[in-house]
Amino acid sequence: MATKKFVCQVCGYVYEGESAPSQCPVCKAPATQFKEVEQPGDPTKPAKKKRDTNSNVYTLIYAAVMVIVVAFLLAFVNSSLRSRQDENIKMDTKKQILSALHVTGVKDVNAEYARYVKADCLMDAEGRLDEKVDDRDFATSYEKEVKEHGRLHVFVCEVEGETKYVIPVYGTGLWGALWGYVALNADKSSVYGVYFSHASETPGLGAEIVTDAFKGQFVGKQALDADKVVLGVMKHGKVENPACQVDGISGGTITSNGVDQMLKNCLGNYIKFLTSKE
Amino acid sequence: MSQLFSKKNKEVFATPLGLNNPVTVQVLGICSALAVTAKLEPAIVMGLSVTIITGFSNVIISLIRRTIPNRIRIIVQLVVVAALVTIVSEILKAFAYDVSVQLSVYIGLIITNCILMGRLEAFAMSNGPWESFLDGLGNGLGYAKILVIVAFFRELLGSGTLLGFRIIPQSVYDAGYINNGLMVMPPMALVIVACIIWWQRSRHKELQDK
Repeated sequence: MATKKFVCQVCGYVYEGESAPSQCPVCKAPATQFKEVEQPGDPTKPAKKKRDTNSNVYTLIYAAVMVIVVAFLLAFVNSSLRSRQDENIKMDTKKQILSALHVTGVKDVNAEYARYVKADCLMDAEGRLDEKVDDRDFATSYEKEVKEHGRLHVFVCEVEGETKYVIPVYGTGLWGALWGYVALNADKSSVYGVYFSHASETPGLGAEIVTDAFKGQFVGKQALDADKVVLGVMKHGKVENPACQVDGISGGTITSNGVDQMLKNCLGNYIKFLTSKE
Repeated sequence: MSQLFSKKNKEVFATPLGLNNPVTVQVLGICSALAVTAKLEPAIVMGLSVTIITGFSNVIISLIRRTIPNRIRIIVQLVVVAALVTIVSEILKAFAYDVSVQLSVYIGLIITNCILMGRLEAFAMSNGPWESFLDGLGNGLGYAKILVIVAFFRELLGSGTLLGFRIIPQSVYDAGYINNGLMVMPPMALVIVACIIWWQRSRHKELQDK
């Protein structure tokens, strides 16, 4: 039904029809002089469409379809990338463990991890390490491991011929989660190195716990006194016992306290292992 | 082909890089410009991510613009942007994990970047897909350009490095030079952006307020 409009370029006559007339009825110009005019839309069509897109039913169906399409799309992307992401998270966790052992800037994380970390053990109720668990999947959330499975991991490592024990720790800072790894020397008390990270502490204040300046303070401190965990973080400038306490971050008191609590709680879980003389 | 790169389309692409820059002229997206510009690398990644997301969200919105119910159009735009951002973030986690850790929350914050919503509402809702794509790329790159300039100065003066490589030699430090710690703090990003705006307006009289 759509009729087109043609304008004669010579006299301006407007012809309506399917195609240009062979001759202009006014000035007798040939068909080539006619030019089609683009009409500002078919008057019946847009009106119908407009009513459509504004109706409640249309809006509701539109929203529902959109949600379903997007949900399927995201689910597909997520499931197709999941294995790669898990691999990255595992690599990152291994990197963090190595970082507690002062092994940083590694290129081939898996090779270096295999070189330094001899076994991923679990502590049993008597504080002994269970060695026969190498086929278990490498865990990435040690908070989950403890709270959901009751597994207390200890990484038995070897650096330059000496045995080190790496213990995962987790806690809460000011805004979110804190976690880290504490590497102890073979005496199970003096600290060899630590690694801390956080989800969302304040940059420049609480987030300073990840700096080498803060982590370096822990090296050589005693974690245990008799059978209590004494390794801790004190308010900036309030250190009483430099053998086992380190300076907190000034301006990051809650984060510093979080680190303190994290060390006392998590190392406390391992007290039987740490005090056993095997 | 010539139509695809017509003068008008070139303008659509080029003006956000200069005279209609989203950061310095429209003053959009300042918040993330403060957050990710302490180092050059996240600034580049953030700039590219925003460019890709503005480009494609513009295309998608432009393609479906006639079907979008007017009353829920902002929500539809948000859903498209949020879906794209989630996909980009998943891809980064799979293929550039270190970068995704570094950008952490800021990737999610692209959703609230006003440049995106601004371009969708102002341009993609009333223009064709190809023009919208160019407009999105142009605005994204205009944003990326400012981010990179700011990050260049902040990393060079604040840490003495560029992309992690040491630029200022050790001998300069030995002679008593200290990194400007203020450069690492967010307020310096505002000062640098202000300097860029000042420089741009002093060169282009038409941008100056009467």
